[in-house]
Amino acid sequence: MELFVFVVAAAIILCGAVGVIISRNPVHSALSLVATLFGVAVLFVEQDAHFLAAVQVIVYAGAIVVLFLFVIMLLGVDQSEDLETDPLAGQRPLAVAAAAGLLGLGLATLILTHRDFDDVAIGAQSAVGQVSGAGSDNVRKLGEALFTNYLFAFEITSVLLVIAVVAAVVLARRAAEAPMFDHDAQTAEADR
Amino acid sequence: MLLAAVQPTTTWYLVLGALLFTIGAVGLMVRRNPLVMFMCVELMLNAVNLTFVTFAKALDDIGGQTIVFFVLVVAAAEVVVGLGIIVALMRRRPGATADDISVLKG
Amino acid sequence: MVELVWLIPALPLFGFLVLLLLGRRLGEPLAGWFATLMCAGAFVASVIVFAGLYSKPEHERQFQQILFDWLPAGGLKVQLGFLVDPLSVTMVLFITGVGALIHLYSIGYMHGDKDFSKFFVYLNLFAFSMLMLVLGNNLLVTFLGWEGVGACSYFLISFWFTDEANASAGKKAFVTNRIGDWGFMTATFLAFSATGTITYFANGSTPGLLNEETLATLAAVTATGIAALLFFGAVGKSAQLPLYVWLPDAMAGPTPVSALIHAATMVTAGVYLMTRVSPLLAHGYTWLPATIAIVGAITALFAATIAVAQNDIKKVLAYSTVSQLGYMFLAVGSGAYVAAIFHMVTHAFFKALLFLGSGSVIHGLHGEQDMRKMGGLRKFMPITAVTFIIGWLAIAGIPPFAGFWSKDDILLAAWAHGGSAMWKAVWFIGFVTALLTAFYMSRQVFMVFFGEPRFEEEGEHAVHPHESPWTMALPLVVLSFLAVVGGALNLPFTEDTKFLDKWLAPVVEAGQRSFDIAGVAQTALAIGTAVLCAVSIAVAAQIYLRHKRKPVEPEVLAHAWYYDESITAFVGGPGEAAFEQTAAFDKGIIDGAVNGVARIVQWGASKLRLAQTGYVRNYALGIAVGAFILVGLFLTRAGG
Repeated sequence: MELFVFVVAAAIILCGAVGVIISRNPVHSALSLVATLFGVAVLFVEQDAHFLAAVQVIVYAGAIVVLFLFVIMLLGVDQSEDLETDPLAGQRPLAVAAAAGLLGLGLATLILTHRDFDDVAIGAQSAVGQVSGAGSDNVRKLGEALFTNYLFAFEITSVLLVIAVVAAVVLARRAAEAPMFDHDAQTAEADR
Repeated sequence: MLLAAVQPTTTWYLVLGALLFTIGAVGLMVRRNPLVMFMCVELMLNAVNLTFVTFAKALDDIGGQTIVFFVLVVAAAEVVVGLGIIVALMRRRPGATADDISVLKG
Repeated sequence: MVELVWLIPALPLFGFLVLLLLGRRLGEPLAGWFATLMCAGAFVASVIVFAGLYSKPEHERQFQQILFDWLPAGGLKVQLGFLVDPLSVTMVLFITGVGALIHLYSIGYMHGDKDFSKFFVYLNLFAFSMLMLVLGNNLLVTFLGWEGVGACSYFLISFWFTDEANASAGKKAFVTNRIGDWGFMTATFLAFSATGTITYFANGSTPGLLNEETLATLAAVTATGIAALLFFGAVGKSAQLPLYVWLPDAMAGPTPVSALIHAATMVTAGVYLMTRVSPLLAHGYTWLPATIAIVGAITALFAATIAVAQNDIKKVLAYSTVSQLGYMFLAVGSGAYVAAIFHMVTHAFFKALLFLGSGSVIHGLHGEQDMRKMGGLRKFMPITAVTFIIGWLAIAGIPPFAGFWSKDDILLAAWAHGGSAMWKAVWFIGFVTALLTAFYMSRQVFMVFFGEPRFEEEGEHAVHPHESPWTMALPLVVLSFLAVVGGALNLPFTEDTKFLDKWLAPVVEAGQRSFDIAGVAQTALAIGTAVLCAVSIAVAAQIYLRHKRKPVEPEVLAHAWYYDESITAFVGGPGEAAFEQTAAFDKGIIDGAVNGVARIVQWGASKLRLAQTGYVRNYALGIAVGAFILVGLFLTRAGG
């Protein structure tokens, strides 16, 4: 059963990922991304990270990708780039080579350090808490870790979110009344 | 069935994560549309998340999931700011690709 | 009374400082009188110090006065101190005496010059430097004075620097002196490294370079090396071959300068130095004194031949000075230090007299210096003529004037040296030079003071020569008196009359050679030389007075054996080529290496710059490659 789930989810993930990078139309890429995110959520559930799976779907697929789509709409869908050639010489083969190298190294690491992770359970010695264990469910366990050991980080991230919102407002503001940096007006002034 | 006896081990998940990461890296280096490049970054982040969650389960440590939580939050903030920049950029030059922003050429 | 020695240099120094600040305010002639007063005061102080030293018993005549520790630097301890001994006192007496007379003369000579007070600033500074040179108790104080007189010589030679030739002459003097100074400095370093001290005589805890204990530790090589290097310095300062070239050109300066610096005092510094380190010479190899004597003799002859063909009144005297200095070094090399100092003193008297006399002539003729345009001046300038003639007779070696006795002492020392036959040749060179000296000096006197006037007496370019004012005439008279009686310092008749011999004995006893020569031979030599000098005068009279014979003045002599031209040709030709090579080496290779490093960095940077394409995707690729390398490193290091 687990195998079946894994295989299907993996297929979805990989197809989606390939779709992201191959699609000519950015909207298609966004939709492929959604597929990948969904597959990852499934695998999260498989790994007993229920809360995270939910958050993944809600935040990632539900908000972030939607944001992407908003921006695509805002800027025009008919922006297609030429996928045949690459203006930068040697970029494509080198990119594939580098990425393949990284993959190879990763796999090599796995093979070289071959271990059966499943019977290494250090959860009992973990500073933060265990995933498995009787009683509490995933949400509670995660919450306990978050609000005791990582409280400071949690608060900081909330500040980070505020900053991000402010930044987004400032960046995307349409400079209508007083342009901070108006190219056309400045060049006209220089020409005079 | 015979196949039912085979269980996906931790290694399978890790391999999957590596593959996903690689695909994202290739996409980042090859595509020119800024939005698509951003989506490839999201792919890479997801691969990392997957790896962390796998290790959390394997090492029985909730810390792995906590990390993923924070990655999610920061990724969200990053997307917000990044898209804001892209919007500001694309307003100036409609149809710009990543290759057009090369003023810092040495 | 000897403790007053510090006054001797202090008064001219004070004069220098006052005139430096207030000279222009004091103006003419007050500035001149003030400077003269300072120099005269120094002379009075010298007399007092002399009296004090004379009153001491013979073998205790050495006194050192230390003002302060100058350079206490590790193993080197140098003080600013004065050494009072017979030699230094003799020097200060005639320096301040003749100096004061020349200061007085300058008041008249520089009358009307717009830089009147500046002249006296330099004169007093010169007096101070020269006195420091002579009174210093160690090589460094001597060097201080040595450099000081070189600098003052430069200032004074190019006093009228608006004329290019004068400025060049000053530079030439300074540069040529500097070449010699290298020798002096190296000698000081060598002395310090060999003995650990540069003080002349032991003083408290400081050992003395010239004390017997220290000299005994020196190897003959080292002693010869130090002395030879000091001689090289003396060659520059005292205008011997090959570094004499600056002295004739130095006549571009005002005549009092020529008299003071280039006749009486600065050029004698070299002779003083060699006499001071005579113990060192005695401890070295004998070829060094021989070399000194040969250099002196050849210089004497060389300069005398040139003086025969010169037409500028001061140039004749300049080459004469070079020649007489050659005599002094001849004496030093022969081991007759007393004779050298004796000749130095008498030479100061009559050469200063001759120079001041020529200055009087130039002043009277309103700037004319060419002897071919003079003549019959004894009618117009009687005092100048008489005193000049006395100086002439002194330098020509006619008894009983001063020059006869001193020159004779030197020739005797060479003849009776007792070394190889080479010394007889040296004597012969000196003898021929004496004849030539009489000849060219007579030529000068006859051309200037006798015969028919060759200058315009009537018409629009008329020149009316007149006698000089008393400020110029008085020094002439005093100096002529000294030129007459100066021989009394060291008359060779009995032991009692050899005053200078006895006086200087403690200083030079290490190096002084004594010689045995029968009284008859001595007298014969002296009389014979005098007679032949008189014959030279007669020959000159035939040519230049009675015009019975044609003058023999070859071009090559008039051009000083083309010595200056050959130096110019060498330095301008192969010399310059060598300099260019060195400069090119410095520019190309050394600078090139340093600049090359910068250029390589620049080249590398320009190549590395190409990595900054500006494309984000290239940078992403870079990150990927870097990550690949890093992970690979981790894997291989961690060893699986």
